[in-house]
Amino acid sequence: MGMTMIEKILAAHSDQDELKPGDIVNARVDMVLGNDITTPVAVEEFNKIGVDRVFDKERIAIVPDHFAPNKDIKAAEQVNMIRKFARKHEITNFFEVGQMGIEHVILPEKGLTLPGEIIIGADSHTCTYGALGALGTGVGSTDMAAAMATGKAWFKVPPTIKFVYKGELKPHVSGKDLILYTIGKIGVDGALYKAMEFTGEAIENLSMDGRMTMSNMAIEAGGKAGLIAADEKTEEYLKGRAQRDYTVRNADPDAEYEQVIEIDVSQIEPQVAFPSLPENTKGLAEIKEKIEIQQSVIGSCTNGRIEDLRVAAEILKGQKVNGNVRCLVFPGSQAVYKQAMNEGLFDIFIDAGVAVSTPTCGPCLGGHMGILAEGEKAISTTNRNFVGRMGSTGSEVYLASPAVAAASAIKGYIAGPEEVK
Amino acid sequence: MVFKGKVFKYGDNVDTDVIIPARYLNSSDPENLAAHCMEDIDQNFADEVNEGDIIVGGKNFGSGSSREHAPLAIKYAGVSCVVAESFARIFYRNSINIGLPILECPEAVQATETGDELEVDIDKGQVKNLRTGKTYQAVPFPPFMQEIIKDGGLIEHVKKELV
Repeated sequence: MGMTMIEKILAAHSDQDELKPGDIVNARVDMVLGNDITTPVAVEEFNKIGVDRVFDKERIAIVPDHFAPNKDIKAAEQVNMIRKFARKHEITNFFEVGQMGIEHVILPEKGLTLPGEIIIGADSHTCTYGALGALGTGVGSTDMAAAMATGKAWFKVPPTIKFVYKGELKPHVSGKDLILYTIGKIGVDGALYKAMEFTGEAIENLSMDGRMTMSNMAIEAGGKAGLIAADEKTEEYLKGRAQRDYTVRNADPDAEYEQVIEIDVSQIEPQVAFPSLPENTKGLAEIKEKIEIQQSVIGSCTNGRIEDLRVAAEILKGQKVNGNVRCLVFPGSQAVYKQAMNEGLFDIFIDAGVAVSTPTCGPCLGGHMGILAEGEKAISTTNRNFVGRMGSTGSEVYLASPAVAAASAIKGYIAGPEEVK
Repeated sequence: MVFKGKVFKYGDNVDTDVIIPARYLNSSDPENLAAHCMEDIDQNFADEVNEGDIIVGGKNFGSGSSREHAPLAIKYAGVSCVVAESFARIFYRNSINIGLPILECPEAVQATETGDELEVDIDKGQVKNLRTGKTYQAVPFPPFMQEIIKDGGLIEHVKKELV
């Protein structure tokens, strides 16, 4: 019998011929990831195990990105602790400020997440790597600790929901809109304990950046993973990047799915997720009221890649950010930063009155660099709009694409790119 | 293991940002986490909770961020166990890994109110509401997870395997 992507990947990493939903396996992992919030707890747990070395110093990535560059003394202490751990164990992939970026932007960029692999990360958006045909999935610090010692993690094989995206996207409709629409359709627990596979011509036509945006938010539907079959685009992206050999493990034609959901993308408009759940989505045309905003955030592990910045720049070119709005751009990595700079995007942003920052997760989780006051509203290309996510519990976050965030920054209220001329 | 405690009940989709807001994640000190547990959904929780009390949640409890600080904050606050209609998957495995008892029991959740007293038998997977006298059966853990729980969490389980 055929297997879905996640069944195939888990089987290959646990020496099984076949796996079905419900089976539990102890599988080898290809990469273990942690950030400056989750790694300190993992280091403490690792030390309790009593082993004197990590399973493979080249297969661990530690990225200070959430509160880095360090926002306060406690954050600095946490980064110091993990820096010492990384040095002691000669961790190859410790990304210091200056080489760093947002974990889920830099790992694919550096060829550390490859098709057919398993990457676990003590960060819920580790599911981003599904866009490369890998099983990327979020775990906690204790899982990270155990995997750093053993190179393994336990998994329950989940059933898979297959999404088939048909038709052609309207102008200004992106991967972000597809995934927001999908979450709106199935709900924030619509894929709980399940894997999602994104398929169909609209996915084949999406760029790698757009695919990563989609897989990134699988967790916002409760999903264990958001997988996309590796194809020519994936191979092209990995040329000159891949740091290991890899085996593509796409789904078998006769794989069994728990459910197949077909979506006609030609009917989808730019989407906005209203507070305080990512499932509260509306198409732009459905928004009748004028929602004034005080902040527009463009960046994050969801939308901090070069294509996202290009889209924002195209809309902001020759325009001015509304006087009532702070517009912040966060490139996802040093490479994205440099490329955006070389393409002249920073000139466009700065002339428009946008603040451009060094890469950090900062504002997305209400960490630093763009905290909201009581009563303030933000439009954001990030992934969560929970109560208090970006600051005061009396503030609100609306999720959207870079195109909508840029247009809204110009207008001062939530608006589509068509409204900016 | 049998726990008896007063109930703090919350709705669906209680996310890890409200369980322990990111602004407190610059330290994993138990006292810091316990002091701010549930702060953004229930400002009085940290003051009112007593050793052994029980959190009851709706669907998708612990959704969002993978921060293990969330189940740790609940554990350090003195909560004996969490009963919910369903758990977000990362919260679910984190709880098992750190040894915070959790049970999935939709019927018990629907019949429970804040202030009720529950008696929870983790081994049998039974939840008894002492106000109504009714007992409910929770979804059992697969044997593999029972082993981790029995070992006292993933670290102890791994230690046993490596030695």
